[in-house]
Amino acid sequence: MNEILQYTVQGLAAGSFYALAALGLAVIFGVLGVVNFAHGACYMLGAVVSALLLQNFGLGFWPALVVVPLIMFVFGILLERLLVRFLVALDPLYNFLLTFGLSLVLVDLIKRQYGVSGLPYTRPEILSGQVTVGDVRLPTFQLFVFAFSLVVCVLVWLLLTKTRIGMIVRASTERPELTRALGVDVGRWVTPVFGFGIALAGLAGVLAAPFRAITADMGSNFVIILFAVVVIGGLGSVLGAVVAGFLVGLVEAFGQAYAPTFAQVVIFVVMALVILVKPSGLFGREESR
Amino acid sequence: MTEPKAASLDDGLVVEGLSAWYGEARVLNDVSLHVGAGEVVTLVGRNGAGKTTLLRSVMGLHKHQEGAVRFDGTDLSKQGPHRRARAGLGWVQDDRGVYATLTVEENLLLPPVTGADAWPLERIYDSFGVLADRRAAPGTTLSGGEQQMLAIARVLRTGARILLLDEPTEGLAPVIVQRIGEIIRTVSADGVAVLLVEQNVRFASTVAHRHYLLAQGRVVEHLGNTEFKERREELLEHLGM
Repeated sequence: MNEILQYTVQGLAAGSFYALAALGLAVIFGVLGVVNFAHGACYMLGAVVSALLLQNFGLGFWPALVVVPLIMFVFGILLERLLVRFLVALDPLYNFLLTFGLSLVLVDLIKRQYGVSGLPYTRPEILSGQVTVGDVRLPTFQLFVFAFSLVVCVLVWLLLTKTRIGMIVRASTERPELTRALGVDVGRWVTPVFGFGIALAGLAGVLAAPFRAITADMGSNFVIILFAVVVIGGLGSVLGAVVAGFLVGLVEAFGQAYAPTFAQVVIFVVMALVILVKPSGLFGREESR
Repeated sequence: MTEPKAASLDDGLVVEGLSAWYGEARVLNDVSLHVGAGEVVTLVGRNGAGKTTLLRSVMGLHKHQEGAVRFDGTDLSKQGPHRRARAGLGWVQDDRGVYATLTVEENLLLPPVTGADAWPLERIYDSFGVLADRRAAPGTTLSGGEQQMLAIARVLRTGARILLLDEPTEGLAPVIVQRIGEIIRTVSADGVAVLLVEQNVRFASTVAHRHYLLAQGRVVEHLGNTEFKERREELLEHLGM
């Protein structure tokens, strides 16, 4: 029983990274129809930038939670303005190749500059301990990561359901052509939404910094699992991104605990089962695009 | 049915020499037509004659096209879809285009208001009671007829100066078809133009002033409504209906 609670918390913490990053993918896909393969690299950059800010400027974890997503937002805007935008009108394959290539470049640049051994990061004192629930001791940091990402997910959900920009993102996800033909200037929102999606990947990276080894390759495995999350949740579905993110985190944690050799395989078995039963994913819509 | 005032050619929608392609295949061939303010004009033709492509080209959605599209004297030929909508074109696509992820009210509020005679939400809800009752429900939970009302109401709320309706009566019950006829007559009386793609020749003859017959991407006939009614049997045969 104790073990189950521990693995659950561990899984929800791991799922937090997937949920935030998948949310970013979903909004980007919504307004651009682009699947950002550089999302794992952006997650990695979020963690690396956190480590560098700490190392060079003594900027700790708490300010990094705000500063790093802002930096990544600007990075996303540049990416969209300078590269992605020119390929949007073409076959989606071109942006697939662009973002895939970009992630290779980013990973190698970081590797070249900082090596492969990983950057150090100190966990904030207050999050280092454990919380005792009954007779179970749970890592404070895992609980914090879960609670924090849950709050962010709820805020993003409110943004998407209660605001005009959210309405435009939903409309454009569902019927991109009609939304333009109804006079909505979707193009105006493309750049900020892209930046926002990248910022969410960066935020996941900040949260992971005290938690995971900060290396150039940390996003490479992450992005593969992330696409399993997207397939399970349904491409473009915001609710699906969040639910599948936490679900995959749980599957991963229990897999590692009870069948460590198959932990990764289990995730893809779940993915295969979901596709068999519902090809568009748990929350995907059949006719979207 | 009252005849609209004689319109100058700068008034309303003017399409000149419009051609469109799907790959190598030419689906519209040098189509020219005109719809004046307050006029109801139908495009009649068999499936595959190019009617839907014509509306999509007018909206700027069909990329591979040539020719001129003007509205109220403004050249829209080089403009993207959202600029054409803002110039006063209100497109209602053939599958109605109701958003499942938006509520009924959000469906109505999504397009920006562009015209002076935009219907306020209250007028929409007065005219379409069912939309008021279901305003918080997801758009696609409405019945087919209700979705058609929603799709038309949505462009009326923007104050569009011309409605481009793609088979609005298809598959709907007679009572709904009648209601759509009433709406078309109401907006036409307000001075809004209507370009109507229609397979239902009887319905077309009850609402329209003029008719263009489209066959294999060309305009083959241009008829006033009186002549259209007289030649109905012949036209039905021509259309294979």
